[in-house]
Amino acid sequence: MMKAYDMKKAFPVLWRYMLVVVTSCALAFFISQNTVRAADLSMGTDAARHLLSRTGFAATAADIQTFAKLSRAEAADQLVKGAVTTAIAITPPLPWVNEPPLSPSRRQNMSREEVQDERKLNNERTLELRDWWFREMLNTPSPLTEKMTLFWHNHFATSQLKVRFGGFIYRQNILLRRNALGNFSSLLHEMARDPAMLLYLDGANSKKDAPNENFAREVMELFTLGEGNYSEKDIKEVARAFTGWSLDRETGQFKFRRGIHDYSYKTIFGKTGNFEGDQVLDLILARPETAQFITRKLWREFVSPEPDEKEVKRMAAIFKESDYNIGKLMRVMLSSDAFYAMDNRATLIKSPVEFVVGTLKTFEIEAQSLRPFVLTAAMLGQNVFAPPSVRGWPGGEAWINTATLLGRKQLLDRLFRNEDRMEVTVRQINDMDDMNDTNDMNNMANMAARIGEPSQGPPGKEGRMARQMERSMGGIKWNLDAWSHHFVEQRGVTAKQDMTQVLLAIAPQAASQSTPQPVSDNPADWARQLVADPAYQLK
Amino acid sequence: MNRRHFLASSILAAGAPLVGKFNGVAWAAPAVTEVNSLYRNLLLLVELKGANDGLNTVIPYTDPVYAQLRPRIAIAGDQALKISDREGLHPSLDPLMALWRNKELAVVQGVGYPAPNLSHFRSIDIWDTASKSEEYLDAGWLARTFAAVPTPRQFAADGVIVGSSNMGPLSGVGVRSITLSDTQQFLRQARLAKPLVDERNAALKHLMSVEAEIVHAASKLNANYQFKTEFPKGAFGNQVRTAAQMVASNAGMATIRLTLGSFDTHAGQLGAHANLLKELAEGIAAFKAAMIELNRWDSTMVMTYSEFGRRPKENQSGGTDHGTASAHFVAGGRVIGGLYGQAPQLNRLDGSGNLAHAVDFRSLYATVIEQWWGGNATPILHGKFEKLHLLKA
Repeated sequence: MMKAYDMKKAFPVLWRYMLVVVTSCALAFFISQNTVRAADLSMGTDAARHLLSRTGFAATAADIQTFAKLSRAEAADQLVKGAVTTAIAITPPLPWVNEPPLSPSRRQNMSREEVQDERKLNNERTLELRDWWFREMLNTPSPLTEKMTLFWHNHFATSQLKVRFGGFIYRQNILLRRNALGNFSSLLHEMARDPAMLLYLDGANSKKDAPNENFAREVMELFTLGEGNYSEKDIKEVARAFTGWSLDRETGQFKFRRGIHDYSYKTIFGKTGNFEGDQVLDLILARPETAQFITRKLWREFVSPEPDEKEVKRMAAIFKESDYNIGKLMRVMLSSDAFYAMDNRATLIKSPVEFVVGTLKTFEIEAQSLRPFVLTAAMLGQNVFAPPSVRGWPGGEAWINTATLLGRKQLLDRLFRNEDRMEVTVRQINDMDDMNDTNDMNNMANMAARIGEPSQGPPGKEGRMARQMERSMGGIKWNLDAWSHHFVEQRGVTAKQDMTQVLLAIAPQAASQSTPQPVSDNPADWARQLVADPAYQLK
Repeated sequence: MNRRHFLASSILAAGAPLVGKFNGVAWAAPAVTEVNSLYRNLLLLVELKGANDGLNTVIPYTDPVYAQLRPRIAIAGDQALKISDREGLHPSLDPLMALWRNKELAVVQGVGYPAPNLSHFRSIDIWDTASKSEEYLDAGWLARTFAAVPTPRQFAADGVIVGSSNMGPLSGVGVRSITLSDTQQFLRQARLAKPLVDERNAALKHLMSVEAEIVHAASKLNANYQFKTEFPKGAFGNQVRTAAQMVASNAGMATIRLTLGSFDTHAGQLGAHANLLKELAEGIAAFKAAMIELNRWDSTMVMTYSEFGRRPKENQSGGTDHGTASAHFVAGGRVIGGLYGQAPQLNRLDGSGNLAHAVDFRSLYATVIEQWWGGNATPILHGKFEKLHLLKA
């Protein structure tokens, strides 16, 4: 101490000079780090909330705090790594998933009643699968895995209403989950052999004499290149290359049938050769449009409704150079400036599944049966395993119309108002199967919309289903008052702002109305008002 | 500025009397009503989603090529419901035969467009926006129609979409539309929505405009009419009933769009197609009965549409692949029943084995815009299309 003082006294000029040098060096170092590696700084709570709501179903207060300390790169890394290591669902598979399909020989000997029973069984099983998937979305340690699995389900849209056999639907979901952040090339090649896909797009019956063009068209239009990047002639030729890609009806496994495969030359994208299916997929993957098409679609899912073409091209090039490593693309996308741009925040509309699962997760609602929520999401326009067409769900603004917005509000109203039903015991739902019989969103809508109504629905099927849903909604163990008071205890003085941050992607919009909202000291009322706000529909 | 705002402010600017409410009944200045009174003529569109097989709908039962192309799925001549010495309807369409005999069902054959696109999605876009094959338009043809000549302000909406979330021909900025599956459900829930202000964020703006639509429409609907008509059971029957309730409410709307499907019968077509056509025919017959009860059948025009037809030659899966031209129906109290267009020329298929079209689909639209609603179709459809003379003056 004395010595330093003496030094300073003895060499005041030198000391001051050194101090300036050291300080400016440190400052310069800090500034250079700061500008060059902005992505290395802690992102803060707003950015963390944004990242969590886009890559998961909910942004809980605790997760926001954890991620706020990470840099963009660290956070993206952690999410992608977590997704890769949890590619297997933690929810135990249903007991029947490995049963073989009903063989044609057995089916032939079945009575009409047995055929009907078999169909009902498969419908029920697909409902069970939906419950299973929703459970996984709620409990998974890696919500990004589920978001990506849902993304690929929408991309390689396949419907149980045509495939019928529940085991095939399950296997496709496992395939999607396993490759969700893996390699797109592997995913595509495996998908071309997937039994559900072979049935859904009629590949299983495509023969040399009469090639079925359904898969050939969609693999280019919807799965890889996008419309306009191939010709009608290419479709015919691709269809020929996939002839014989079929299914062993006894075992339910992929089977290449030489006898009906077209071995003659095909001309695809101007190249002529003795191409078969895998080579065709490689030809498609070799084209830059494929990486761009996938990147653009992921952008719309994760970043904003309007892709920035320059950024899409940059990211797509990285994607293609990495031999279609999806994890790598997602790391780049999720740490990009565009992803975090203020203009892109709160610009995406939650899908029905995100809305329903997100609400359950945000409010820590425990439901013994998730079926009413599966059905609600279906009523709101997203019945998983039954997309409206091979194009998947239109999504975006199309999620919200007068009917579905009212449906969303009705679910919230039902959850937030009728605490008096909370202690009702769950009763077994037995005959929900006939509701899955139909491709019909209206029946579902009519039925599901009655969730909040007293049990005086119309007689017959709809009324019966309505009453069943009503009962199972009664099995929810949840109480808004308890949740909101617990929230206040945990968050203390900042509870109100924190609750707003947890529930809304942007400031409440209702506040901008001419009639001011009533101010309440009851935290349960804050929650009620926040979820009623249009901003609650955004992510 | 959206169209509704534009309309309101242009009325003010012209110094015309304001639209308002008196004792709960909507009224409007006569000048406003007069301009668009023809929109009391209702257009009920029925989308046959997934591409209906025209050849098995309107069957050329005497054409030997038809049976040759379809050894497994041809409808036999003795099954077809004869409407001429060459054409017969699919047996499931029996409920339409009363309309045919009453001369209020027009059967238009060979409807399509040049350079057909065989993608479901692209082709329905072409139909919905009335574009050329290679042209991409943003707004639906009905959206453009209502932008050119607005519906009366006191109408609850320009159009109502029942049973689908796709806005189709009503897509576009400034369209006042309602989407719903059940009127009672809609009214029950409407009290939960509140109107909100405009916003720059497109997603948020959309949310807010939907909220505003809900509030406006809810104030206009009354869905408690007791019809004597029995509506068919099932999804499409529900749509028809909902549509009839909307008309009964007198809330005002120029068009209602229903959707039936999926007609994408690539495999095992026979049973599935028969069921769908039965739903269609029973639905249209019930809608007619309901409109007669309301004394609205003479101001109702029912029209089917679909992205394309299906390939004349059946495939190996007992189904049909994507095709081109197809047959469509127009029905109503003022429709002149009969056959229009051209029977399928099965011995003159194109390189993909598909039919050439005889009637451009935009001719049907031109007929609606000009003869049904008294508008000028040429600027809306970006060209002049020959009208079909299938409406009584």
